[in-house]
Amino acid sequence: MEYTLLILLFPLTSFIVLGLFSNRLSHKAAGIIGTGALLAMTLLSFYAAWDYFTTPKAEGFYQTLIPFNTPWLHMGSHLHIDMGILLDPISVMMLVVISTVSLMVHIYSLGYMKGEKGFQRYYGFLSLFTFSMMGLVLSTNIFQMYIFWELVGVSSYLLIGFYYTRPEAVAASKKAFIVTRFADMFFLIGILVLSYYTQTFDFGTLMSGNETIFQHALSTRFLGASALVWAMALIFIGGAGKSALFPLHIWLPDAMEGPTPVSALIHAATMVVAGVYLVARLFPIYVAFTPEVLEGIAWVGAFTSMFAAVIAIVQTDIKRVLAFSTISQIGFMMVALGVSKLEGHEGLGYMASLFHLFTHAMFKALLFLGAGSIIHAVHSNEMERMGGLRTYMPVTHLTFLVACLSIAGIPPFSGFFSKDEILAAIYGYHTGLGIWMTVAAGFTAFYIFRLYFSIFWGKQTQYAHTPHESPRSMTFPLIFLAIPTLLGGFIPFGHFVTANRSVYTIHPDWPIMFISVLVSLTAIFIARKMYQYAGTKTGEASSGLKGFQKAAYHRFYVDEVYLFITKKILFNGIARAFAWFDHHVVDGSINGLASVTDWVSIKIRGFQSGEIQWYAYIFLFGTLLITALFLFM
Amino acid sequence: MNFLSLFVLLPLLMILTLFMTSNRKQVLGTMVAGSTLLVILSAFLAYRYMAARSDGATDPMLFTASLSWFEPLHIRYAVGVDGVSVVMLCLTSLIVFTGTFVSWKMAPLTKEFFLWYCLLATGVFGFFISTDLFTLFLFYETALIPMYLLIGVWGTGRKEYAAMKLTLMLMGSSMILLVGILGIYFSSGATSMNITDLVHISIPLEQQYLFFTLTFFGFGVLGALFPFHTWSPDGHASAPTAVSMLHAGVLMKLGGYGSFRVAITLMPEAAEKLSPIFLVLTAIGVVYGALAAIRQTDLKYINAYSSVSHCNLVLFAILMLTQTALTGAVLQMLSHGLITALFFALIGMIYSRSHTRLITDMGGLMKIMPFLGVGFVVAGLSNIGVPGFSGFVAEMTIFVGAFENDDLFRRILTVAAVTSIVIGAVYILRTIGKFLYGPLQNPEHGKLDDARWYERLAVITLVAAIIYLGSFPTGISAMINDSFSSMLQVAR
Repeated sequence: MEYTLLILLFPLTSFIVLGLFSNRLSHKAAGIIGTGALLAMTLLSFYAAWDYFTTPKAEGFYQTLIPFNTPWLHMGSHLHIDMGILLDPISVMMLVVISTVSLMVHIYSLGYMKGEKGFQRYYGFLSLFTFSMMGLVLSTNIFQMYIFWELVGVSSYLLIGFYYTRPEAVAASKKAFIVTRFADMFFLIGILVLSYYTQTFDFGTLMSGNETIFQHALSTRFLGASALVWAMALIFIGGAGKSALFPLHIWLPDAMEGPTPVSALIHAATMVVAGVYLVARLFPIYVAFTPEVLEGIAWVGAFTSMFAAVIAIVQTDIKRVLAFSTISQIGFMMVALGVSKLEGHEGLGYMASLFHLFTHAMFKALLFLGAGSIIHAVHSNEMERMGGLRTYMPVTHLTFLVACLSIAGIPPFSGFFSKDEILAAIYGYHTGLGIWMTVAAGFTAFYIFRLYFSIFWGKQTQYAHTPHESPRSMTFPLIFLAIPTLLGGFIPFGHFVTANRSVYTIHPDWPIMFISVLVSLTAIFIARKMYQYAGTKTGEASSGLKGFQKAAYHRFYVDEVYLFITKKILFNGIARAFAWFDHHVVDGSINGLASVTDWVSIKIRGFQSGEIQWYAYIFLFGTLLITALFLFM
Repeated sequence: MNFLSLFVLLPLLMILTLFMTSNRKQVLGTMVAGSTLLVILSAFLAYRYMAARSDGATDPMLFTASLSWFEPLHIRYAVGVDGVSVVMLCLTSLIVFTGTFVSWKMAPLTKEFFLWYCLLATGVFGFFISTDLFTLFLFYETALIPMYLLIGVWGTGRKEYAAMKLTLMLMGSSMILLVGILGIYFSSGATSMNITDLVHISIPLEQQYLFFTLTFFGFGVLGALFPFHTWSPDGHASAPTAVSMLHAGVLMKLGGYGSFRVAITLMPEAAEKLSPIFLVLTAIGVVYGALAAIRQTDLKYINAYSSVSHCNLVLFAILMLTQTALTGAVLQMLSHGLITALFFALIGMIYSRSHTRLITDMGGLMKIMPFLGVGFVVAGLSNIGVPGFSGFVAEMTIFVGAFENDDLFRRILTVAAVTSIVIGAVYILRTIGKFLYGPLQNPEHGKLDDARWYERLAVITLVAAIIYLGSFPTGISAMINDSFSSMLQVAR
């Protein structure tokens, strides 16, 4: 399957061409190059998926294929970073997800970004992102993954800051980069620890099931935990940063300053699930050697999903609601991974998590692209400025509704299946956690239908320009993505992706299914009651809120805490102190030395006055002194 | 005559030719021809070196030659190169080449400027090809002196103060260095000052302690060793663009290069014992430089403090004493040399247009000068170690190499040094966000033009080198690594 190398080369070439010749290409040419390369890549990815999953399994297990691998950088005698391509069920699944969403976003942007200044640059960055993301999921070793991980971060930075003349966009891009890089620092340290003790970066060696390579890491202890636990926990922090888990989530809502298709691609469907992918990739190590870290992942995920769902309920910016919804849904995926084991029915969580990653990518991309279509029509992000849009934008309305039903977990939409399996897995692990997550799922249904009713129903709103349906380049991706959102649940996912890579048939858990659907329906009903005719009230957010609600609107002031730490303590406190110290103490002592020299030279320059009499006098006196010394000693 | 000596003869020849030139065109012609020849020469050297290695040459130093100079004291003019010197020579020629184009509009006293510039280059080239301690020191001094005039005459701002401070601090440290070098020579009881001979002689441990400290400190000051780095921000800020490039890009690398070539290689036992003290200093320097950069508002000061941080990382890596970390140190010297030169070049170009270097006085320049803006973003991203650019390769090699030491003390210091990748992102993105992005702040800047062809040539050359090193590091890294394996074997 060497042709998979082309999957990387298509977007890379597109990026280089668009980057080098951006000034000389017309908008149309840039769009064709970018989208054409993506189309080729998507077709190849689908072919690769078909090819991979139809290759006969060895003893019922999917094999890992490495069609390409070449050393890139040697570090010492054992360690070397390779550049290669690794195909296994999860990477192949990610190929399909990324290429589908990316292609749709490319097509959608043809309409959405039409006439925008920097159109060529935009497509160049999109290609760069797609290349990096593909490189990330296809990595054969953890350092290659880190490399593409960083590249993904950079392309995200460039795309969030696409409208670089807007200060908010610049600030948001900066924040996103610095927060994720802060997390990446832990990832890097984790890699350093892991690779020192195992003497390898290679996934194949790490996952070989050979326990001896972890002996050293398990026997070395530091502050009450083994080196392996430290390494895996640190690596997870890297994943938590990219996947916007609490408390590293603060960059994602701000990242909505980027163009909406970018939010759909990067900040909903692909990049933010990189953390989930990372944990899934290293899952055999987590589950076999560091179950305590895995448990921590479950709790972090559970807290995040509830926390973000509560915030999403009171946000009034349509994209921010979706952003917090993304954070919450990633929490679901993390919990599912956290509660999973390796074999058979206990491995349900792993499968459910990746299934949800798949369905979420489709319906969340659809929601974002739908939101983009709305924003395109009404020129505002604020929900309170919208209402009654269903008559103006029928295609957007219907596809949006499909996505809403899917995320709310209503059968037979795709989200129902994946979320239900997650809940089943969690109930199998801990009942209390299951209830907690069921409540979070109820909140999900509520906030998404609050959004839906306020936008498409709600009060009649006066628009400056009558909103109209978006052009075909924008509605086509909506319709296309609605198909997997509608039918994706019927994919026998257990036949493709499972924790131990054998085929697993899902058995529905009827009571849990019944309860979760009931909770969702109730939530939708309440949302309908509250918002179908009223819409979100103007000023609901700013003035009328009390206590908890207000705190939720202000995202529980986590941003303020960060701002205090970075601005007040780091920037004004520590950095200023260092700068002062450098100027006054370090430099001051050097200057002081110079001044002392200066002073001494002024004091002693009298000796060289040039007066002969004075010299003669000194000479005589000196001679006498020496003579006296000789005489008396 | 050995062809390595061409690296010294060529700049000297350029100086002679410059003397004879009578107008600006001839000056520039000489410089372009000469510096292009230097680039070709260094490429040729790299090719010859790799060919010789793949043919199985195993000597630590290749293309060696030795000429008697003052026999009673065993002073000889001795040259030779290993992988490390080869890459440093390539770096130097690239910077000299691009610096020429950056100084295209240099005035007044164009001819005199380039005379001193070439003398500086002579010193640097000579330093990297020397294997004799005395020759090494001679060229070292040759490189330092022109600096004073270049900053004092052609500089900006507080140039007299900066020039004086820089020269005095570096002269002070080179005095200490001289004591160290003489100490090595006499305490080893050798009949040669050639490093390739001296490595086989073990110096008594008590004397090693003293002379290691002296030489490492002497070179370290030039490598911006904390807390003796303050000459560098002032010096860089006041120096004319090409001089900043050459100085931060190459001259500061003399410190790193010298400290392992002399201090570490000749006195490995003392290095092992004393490294913790210097490791603490350099680790502080790494974080400290980065933090200090956050507060700066002058573009040159930002890059100068960033250089302090990165140069301390070089010394830090050298002191880790593992082969991987040393390889990383050299990669970092190479990478930082290119990146900082690119930075200073761009800052100079922007300053020549906007007449300010304060980021608070600028804003939205990306729209006005897209080429320079993109160049600056590329430089910034390379500086914070984004993969695909050289900084990443260097830093990662250093961190992995540093982690090969299995003790908690070095681990903690390494983790401290790793934090610089986050702090780096803060000051770089802050800078870019302030003066390139956002709305146009000063309406008068709206009329400024973008880069000219000679400026583009310089920027593109440096960017290409940075991307090449960052994307295809396999060969270069292996070449450096091999040099260290033979060097460390000899040392043991």
